Amino acid sequence: MLTLSAVAAEAPRPQPKSGIEYAGGDVRALQADDFGNPGMLWVARGEKLWSAPAGRSGKSCAGCHRDAPTTMKGVATRYPRRDVGGGELLNLEGRINQCREQRQGADVLRYESEELLALTAYVAHQSRGMPVNVEINDANRVNFERGRDTYYRRQGQMNLACTHCHEQNAGRKLLADTISEGHGNAYPVYRLEWQSAGSLHRRLRACFFGVRAEQPAAGSAELVDLELYLASRARGLQVETPGVRR
Amino acid sequence: MSMLARVQVPAQARRGDVFPIRIAIQHSMETGYRPDNFGRRIPKNVINTLTCRYNGVEVFRAEMGSGVSANPQLQFYLRAENSGELVFDWVDDSGQRGSERAPITVTA
Ligand code: HEC
Ligand code: HEC
Repeated sequence: MLTLSAVAAEAPRPQPKSGIEYAGGDVRALQADDFGNPGMLWVARGEKLWSAPAGRSGKSCAGCHRDAPTTMKGVATRYPRRDVGGGELLNLEGRINQCREQRQGADVLRYESEELLALTAYVAHQSRGMPVNVEINDANRVNFERGRDTYYRRQGQMNLACTHCHEQNAGRKLLADTISEGHGNAYPVYRLEWQSAGSLHRRLRACFFGVRAEQPAAGSAELVDLELYLASRARGLQVETPGVRR
Repeated sequence: MSMLARVQVPAQARRGDVFPIRIAIQHSMETGYRPDNFGRRIPKNVINTLTCRYNGVEVFRAEMGSGVSANPQLQFYLRAENSGELVFDWVDDSGQRGSERAPITVTA
């Protein structure tokens, strides 16, 4: 296992391909249609929430951040990211909740709640078309390494690691699915099977479930570290939020 | 949470033009056939009726049931007559109502 991760860390990777390129024509068409893409309903809800006052401060996101298309442009390309103060690694959901709690004086939003999905989709949407560009540095290297270890660790009753599907078998069929390279650049996505939008962590938990492994909680440090590793693999791919998946 | 919808209506049309109208509504469209985690049936709750009025006159009506997907989208065509407003109203089985309006300018 150690050798596997060492090799993978050094071998030059071919240009990554987004999950949408492995999707069928109907799904691709739905994602490309800004009206038809059902994920845009969550983006629209996020836009409303952006200017709704919340918490003890009575402030809205817009009260501090003004116009999201300007101030939030490119933000999602840099996440997950550590706080300037050197706090924990935060993904976009975590960052939004930090503002809710510390700046608005409001309750944190439950992971996978409509509100948190909507705000995350709205913020990430402002970076659509921009390349994923996380930086791995001294501050987040331990998170990166933990995420990479998870990626190459066999787990569950099926004893499979992420790499076995998403690196060694990308492009091949698994039941009705075409296995993609497992990138997170389109999340939150509208997934037809869910009949709803969902977070990257929801998708990741489905992969843990698929190999019958214990599922880390959504928002847990283990999944945020893994998200950072995925983002480093996806560097250069465009943010597509809101993506559509089958 | 209130029902959220997006409508697509051209801001301008020429009199006599036929143009598409699209509406998408966020709704779970619960079929009534699904059990919850305890095996109890989740009651059916779908948007059962949606209407569109063009300057007060009903020009479109849809009656929907369990066969329509979550977050439904509808598309239909209208002929531009006069400037004014399109008003969409809908209601689900639980009695919750939603509404959207969109202005339209018709040129000669
Ligand atoms: C009282 C002011 C205030 C409010 C209200 C507020 N924020 Fe923030 N937010 C900040 C400040 C200040 C920062 C930068 C903090 C830092 O870099 O340490 C920030 C940072 C962020 C970032 C990260 C930006 C980046 O470049 O990494 C995001 C995303 C964000 N806020 C989203 C939101 C959302 C969504 C809401 C509403 C739910 C919100 N904020 C409400 C003050 C606020
Ligand atoms: C048994 C095979 C298998 C394993 C092991 C597996 N996945 Fe997946 N994964 C899938 C399938 C199938 C899909 C849905 C099709 C697709 O998008 O690849 C998927 C989807 C994804 C997606 C969404 C991609 C997109 O564009 O929507 C991500 C991200 C992902 N997996 C990450 C992981 C991670 C991280 C692991 C390890 C913890 C993992 N997967 C383990 C089969 C697997």
